[in-house]
Amino acid sequence: MEQKRTKEEYKKWSQQQAPKSPKFKNSVMAFLVGGVICTIGQLIMRALLDTGMSKNDASSLTTLFMIFLGAFLTALNVYDDIGRIGGAGAAIPVTGFANSIVSPAMEYKREGYVMGVGARMFLIAGPVLVYGIFSSIIAGIIYYLIKS
Amino acid sequence: MGTRLGKQTVRLDSKPVIQSWAAIVGAKEGHGPLGRFFDEVIEDEYFGEESFEKAESKFLRETLSKILMKGNVSTGDIQYIFAGDLLNQCIAANFGVRESEIPFFGLYGACSTMAESLTLGSLMVEGGFAERCICITSSHFCSAEKQFRFPLEFGNQRPPTAQWTVTGAGGVMVGKAGDGPRVVHVTTGKIIDMGITDANDMGSAMAPAACDTITAHFRETGLPLNYYELIVTGDLGEHGKNLCLQLLEENGINIKEFYDDCGVMIYDRQRQKTDCGGSGCACSAVVLAGYILEKLSRRELNRVLFVGTGALHSPISVQQGESIPAIAHAVGIELI
Repeated sequence: MEQKRTKEEYKKWSQQQAPKSPKFKNSVMAFLVGGVICTIGQLIMRALLDTGMSKNDASSLTTLFMIFLGAFLTALNVYDDIGRIGGAGAAIPVTGFANSIVSPAMEYKREGYVMGVGARMFLIAGPVLVYGIFSSIIAGIIYYLIKS
Repeated sequence: MGTRLGKQTVRLDSKPVIQSWAAIVGAKEGHGPLGRFFDEVIEDEYFGEESFEKAESKFLRETLSKILMKGNVSTGDIQYIFAGDLLNQCIAANFGVRESEIPFFGLYGACSTMAESLTLGSLMVEGGFAERCICITSSHFCSAEKQFRFPLEFGNQRPPTAQWTVTGAGGVMVGKAGDGPRVVHVTTGKIIDMGITDANDMGSAMAPAACDTITAHFRETGLPLNYYELIVTGDLGEHGKNLCLQLLEENGINIKEFYDDCGVMIYDRQRQKTDCGGSGCACSAVVLAGYILEKLSRRELNRVLFVGTGALHSPISVQQGESIPAIAHAVGIELI
């Protein structure tokens, strides 16, 4: 069969007809789900501050609570549903980060604790860690240069 | 001994008979529109095993025994088994037929494997090298997600062009004699690559291959376009089906009234939230062995062109930016 289109033309033609993501609905849902997660975090933070804890300690402890919540909901098979509805709203908060580490750990348990859980745990979160740490070093150097 | 009709098509003059068939599926497929046609519906995604890979092998193994049982034969009566799946090194098939002691060919044609195995099995019978062959494939949603995409519990969003891998196994036994639907033509596909790089849009990648093979089939056999009552592609999904129809129309092949796609047929896309529809080796296999052959045996259909479609990429090739090569094999099945 002679193709009537070049590869570029075909790609464009097929993409034009592809079903589109409901961008508006996705944005609203991301806003709502992300908002709810952040509100829960804020409530925990307020509660901790009310016990007389320092702001630094309270924010660290809040992060720990939220990581636990994300991991816990992943283990209960709930966080994937939240992610499906909330998209980036569920992925960006630290609960999403916990989900990205716990979900491969669960998935690869059958391959053993070393080559399975241990090696695959950072399958998704790995790049975030690598480039997060890398850019924090760069930021640190720039800060140092400006300061001196 | 068969007659070569063209570059891609062979007419099987002895018309090998599809003597028995079976399909076992998972819960989602069982609750879909074709649910009542399948031999068994397994609600447990582990199928009583400890891993998804083992579960997939069990789907294949159980389907194999069902085919033998329904055909009233034992493993000793089978000369060859052609089997394949989506997992690395085809482990579902390798482990699924491990205890069967049947001479085995492992195939990888991605989601086109059912049509590929049926083609080879029929040619083997036509050539007189086998009395009976088994052609069988499997796939499993959970093991395929693990291999090709993300962990199951990872909270990502599915793009609307995504498809849902069918859990289950389907297969047939082709043999020399007997009653039943017969394999009359086989058209073997060429690899077609139109430069699609999005692994979440298999429909776009595979539609040109399906179009190419269907066009070749009609060109080389000289059959009229209304010869088949049903022309069915493997797993193009709603988007790919739509593209394929348009591509065929541009080639002067207008088959809209009798064309469908297994990926579209197997799920209720709205209710079951499967986006563009089903995919995976088992998608075309269970629709063939569950629905199509059942319809043929009840004489509700007489002539069907079964076109398995496959995307021949791997997660590595996609990460390296390679485009997705696709293939389609057509098998003309008729009641005589």
